[in-house]
Amino acid sequence: MKYIVMMNTMKAGHGVPAWPKKDLQAHIAFMQGLNKELHERGELVSAEGLSFPDQAKLVRAGKDGIPMTDGVFPESKEFLAGFWIIDVDDPERAYEIAAKVSSAPGPGGAPLNMPIEVRPIMSAPPPEML
Amino acid sequence: MKYILLMSGTKAGVEGYLAWPKEEREAHMAVLHRINKDLTASGEFVATQPLAPPHEAKVVRGQKNGMPVTDGVFPESKEFLLGYWIVDVASAERAYAIAGQISVAAGPGSKATNMPIEVRQFAMRESKSE
Amino acid sequence: MIKQWNATSEHLLRELAPQVLGAVARRFRDFSSAEDAVQEAMIAAFTQWPREGLPDNPRGWLIQVACRRMTDHMRSEIARREREMAVAGEAEMSSPITEIEADMDPSDTLVLLFMCCHPALSASSAIALTLRAVGGLTTAEIANTFLVPEPTMAQRISRAKQSIKASGLHFCLPSAQERTERLPAVLHVLYLIFSEGYASSVGSHLQRLDLAREAIRLTRNAKTLLPTNPEVGGLLALMLLTDARRAARTGPDGQLIPLDKQDRTLWDRAEISEGLELLTTALSKASVGLYQLQAAIAAVHDDAERVEDTDWPQILALYELLKRVAPSPMVTLNHAIAAAMVHGPGKGLELLRTLDSDPRISDHYRLDAVRAHLFEKVGDHEAAIKHYRIAATRTTSIPERSYLMAQAARLADN
Repeated sequence: MKYIVMMNTMKAGHGVPAWPKKDLQAHIAFMQGLNKELHERGELVSAEGLSFPDQAKLVRAGKDGIPMTDGVFPESKEFLAGFWIIDVDDPERAYEIAAKVSSAPGPGGAPLNMPIEVRPIMSAPPPEML
Repeated sequence: MKYILLMSGTKAGVEGYLAWPKEEREAHMAVLHRINKDLTASGEFVATQPLAPPHEAKVVRGQKNGMPVTDGVFPESKEFLLGYWIVDVASAERAYAIAGQISVAAGPGSKATNMPIEVRQFAMRESKSE
Repeated sequence: MIKQWNATSEHLLRELAPQVLGAVARRFRDFSSAEDAVQEAMIAAFTQWPREGLPDNPRGWLIQVACRRMTDHMRSEIARREREMAVAGEAEMSSPITEIEADMDPSDTLVLLFMCCHPALSASSAIALTLRAVGGLTTAEIANTFLVPEPTMAQRISRAKQSIKASGLHFCLPSAQERTERLPAVLHVLYLIFSEGYASSVGSHLQRLDLAREAIRLTRNAKTLLPTNPEVGGLLALMLLTDARRAARTGPDGQLIPLDKQDRTLWDRAEISEGLELLTTALSKASVGLYQLQAAIAAVHDDAERVEDTDWPQILALYELLKRVAPSPMVTLNHAIAAAMVHGPGKGLELLRTLDSDPRISDHYRLDAVRAHLFEKVGDHEAAIKHYRIAATRTTSIPERSYLMAQAARLADN
């Protein structure tokens, strides 16, 4: 079963985490290790990072279909920082993976305990969505 | 360059959509299918994915012992990712144009829904320097 | 005596592809359908030859299969048209393979290169079509390399060929003047393929084609076809001199290692030698173009056994020349770095300020990254940290982002 595992980030304008170098390295190594493990277990479909929210745009169709782009987001908005698409045997394994992502180390090496959202991927739209 | 186009909504918004007359929902999906078809024909399509409705989403944190703690309770007003498109295009402007088309997708009474679509560029796993 | 499929067979097969395409396109006067037919023949070869061994005449085999596909296609087309047209079609279909092979022209590959790199095509279309038609790669391989679904890539190539058809281009060698005008477009596509391939050599990527090697191979072929052209020689030199550093660019954890920190013992000395030789020949022709200059700069770097041996005054002079020959904000940026190395970081920072008002680069991460580096050299750590962090938020490359964040952290830690 496929799931999307989503990691959100601080809102636009907050910039890059100002962590000490070895904590940054530990964080990166942790994520790389996780991806490697998922790949080796055949569970990783894709893992993508997104560019920083500073470059995010909100687009609506304006007159004549010309897109209107806007870089202004509500203060409370959380941005998607990255996501994994995993293919696993059951939801428990999906939550286990998400828990691991959540526990990625941050400043001082302490687990960040980020809230990680897990959603099943629809393989075909359910009838009521059509 | 790869971009992800994110369509979000709230629980209330999703419930409102499900209350649309069947023909309106079918028309909405038909427009989105047409967009996907056109993107494949233009060589820009990478992926599209509808996500399961919010009541099937879980937020997971890792506990100290590594075990996941899951929480399925979302406030009514919280925005969720409903689905996304990934496109490979020649310019940011092209990504915004596609987002604009998605934004226009027909709504109840055949009025364009004009939903805001967030556009984010993928971070690449590669580097061009040195 | 059946020849077994071995390590060199794949290379052989790819080398044959453009030759076969040239022959078939010329015979049937339909580049687009011929290209599809040859692609099918290639896939058939990749499937059958490893199992059954190589045919005695591999090229003839490919031509035969491609022609069969062409006639199948034409027959199904003709089935919908008048009888008169069917009669005309029959004559084409019955040409023996030996005749087709005899008709082959060594310039066919060159014709293909010019067609596929036509300036009317977008860069990504030209790249995809060149890799398939001239490179002999399969659609699946190309799709996998660029991380898009196969149908998407197939469409990209199909549309590229439609554009070519619509532009009324015939399968024939452009005139000498046209060749001169259009060669830059060809070299640009080859250069883009190389850059794409070189970029993906840092950071992981599983099972992707070695595009840099493909670009080098295609450029070698171009050089064989245009042996005295200095820009082709210059481009090949640039690729080799850059590719030579590949092994040193990536750390054990996939992290980016910049030029000044690389372990130069890992550089490929054979590639450097070849690049230098090509460059010397290219420069001796007295016309100094974009690729030769860039190759010359790469050569100066590669020549330095240790980073402190780098001949920066020479690099500075070359950038000054490059600024005149092919000015661009990136060239100005690199010129500023060289100026900083020769005249001090303050001079570099001064030159960077001229870029602040250039919208093409003022928001580019490299401007902040270079600025940060120079501020660090000048001793202004606060400004350096600030600009490393800004650069990190602006880059869309994960290895670069990690590298820039680490630089900021390194300074902040002290």
